[in-house]
Amino acid sequence: MNTPALTLAEPTPGFRINALTGAATGSSRALSGPLSAEITAALHASGNGEVAVRSVDVNIPLLEKNDILAERNRGYFLGRGLAALNLVSSPGAGKTTLLERTLDEFGRATKCAVLVGDLETDNDGRRLSRPHAPVAQITTGTVCHLDAGMIARAAQSLDLDGVKILFIENVGNLVCPASFDLGEQARVVLLSTTEGEDKPLKYPPIFKSADLVLLTKVDVADVLGFKRDVAVENIRRIAPQARIIQLSSRTGEGLAEWYDYLRALAAQT
Amino acid sequence: MHEVGIMESALAAIRQQAETHGATRVARIVLRIGTLSGVDVEALRFAYDALTPGTFAADAELEIESVPARAHCAQCDTDFGATGGFILTCPRCRAFSSDIRTGRELDIARLEFPALP
Ligand SMILES: Nc1nc2c(ncn2[C@@H]2O[C@H](COP(=O)(O)OP(=O)(O)O)[C@@H](O)[C@H]2O)c(=O)[nH]1
Ligand SMILES: [Mg+2]
Ligand SMILES: [Zn+2]
Repeated sequence: MNTPALTLAEPTPGFRINALTGAATGSSRALSGPLSAEITAALHASGNGEVAVRSVDVNIPLLEKNDILAERNRGYFLGRGLAALNLVSSPGAGKTTLLERTLDEFGRATKCAVLVGDLETDNDGRRLSRPHAPVAQITTGTVCHLDAGMIARAAQSLDLDGVKILFIENVGNLVCPASFDLGEQARVVLLSTTEGEDKPLKYPPIFKSADLVLLTKVDVADVLGFKRDVAVENIRRIAPQARIIQLSSRTGEGLAEWYDYLRALAAQT
Repeated sequence: MHEVGIMESALAAIRQQAETHGATRVARIVLRIGTLSGVDVEALRFAYDALTPGTFAADAELEIESVPARAHCAQCDTDFGATGGFILTCPRCRAFSSDIRTGRELDIARLEFPALP
């Protein structure tokens, strides 16, 4: 397996990108577009010889840098006519398995690319590697989520020509990815039948931010005594805005609906 | 504990603000954090205490304003204060809402720098 490591313009300790398919194409598609906070400064000199302070109303996001980079990514993806999906779940909910099958079926007619994040190893990148789909593995070291800067740099290692859908498999974690916009078109949260129906109630922020919730591994729901209707009701309470698709990457149940969703997203981008 | 990463990012932004305003230290940091931001205020304070000693923010006071959640019900066109955590139930018609009007804030509101000599 050919896994060239790329030199990063702005290295983060422990953070690496390996392009698994498709050649690295340099920085000709550099991202751009400055943003800046509006700042109003006021000078308060206090009376009795106390130390004067300058008070500044800054009103900028705590995650200003990430938010700016995410907006740039969004513009870049839209400009290229591709839809980016941010897939988030607990470890083992079935993200990679679903993407493998999606690349083999849906990905034949509609060109897809994948960025996959893990703390260590390029195992998932290898699993997803296909001649017809560019894939890059991002290893984050100790960082428990992908951020917009990692996506900006990793996206430049992929040949995105003709790509309509960019899947971003986030690091397995239901907490931290909630705060980090990657510039995605749609946030997809996976909940597997092995995790319990009340996961959405226990980890509400990530479900609250979902555009689509995939209830995965429904093939084993009965055997596990997993109540699908209870899980769906819990998702609806937290995330009434989210579309819900129940599917199995093993039996193929629900995959047609998932592919329809992707097709519609690709068509409107 | 993504609060450490968030605080690191915030301190970088604050340092930049300090430079913009010709300050080498910051005296007071006021954050505005919504109750639905997904960020834990205690963890944020913990991260702040761990990250700031020996830095430009070493002596700064950290103030965190909490912003309560308000949502809008599309079913019956009602604004309501959301007290039930992330499940936003309309008090009038009991519908679940996804339309958060306030409570997602994750902002640096105000900074105080020592006056220039
Ligand atoms: N029964 C069943 N198992 C699945 C399904 N999808 C994934 N798995 C299994 O779940 C485990 C974790 O899957 P993986 O795709 O690596 O999860 P990820 O960590 O979210 O990428 C693997 O052993 C898969 O074979 C499914 O639809 N049904
Ligand atoms: Mg995986
Ligand atoms: Zn209502």
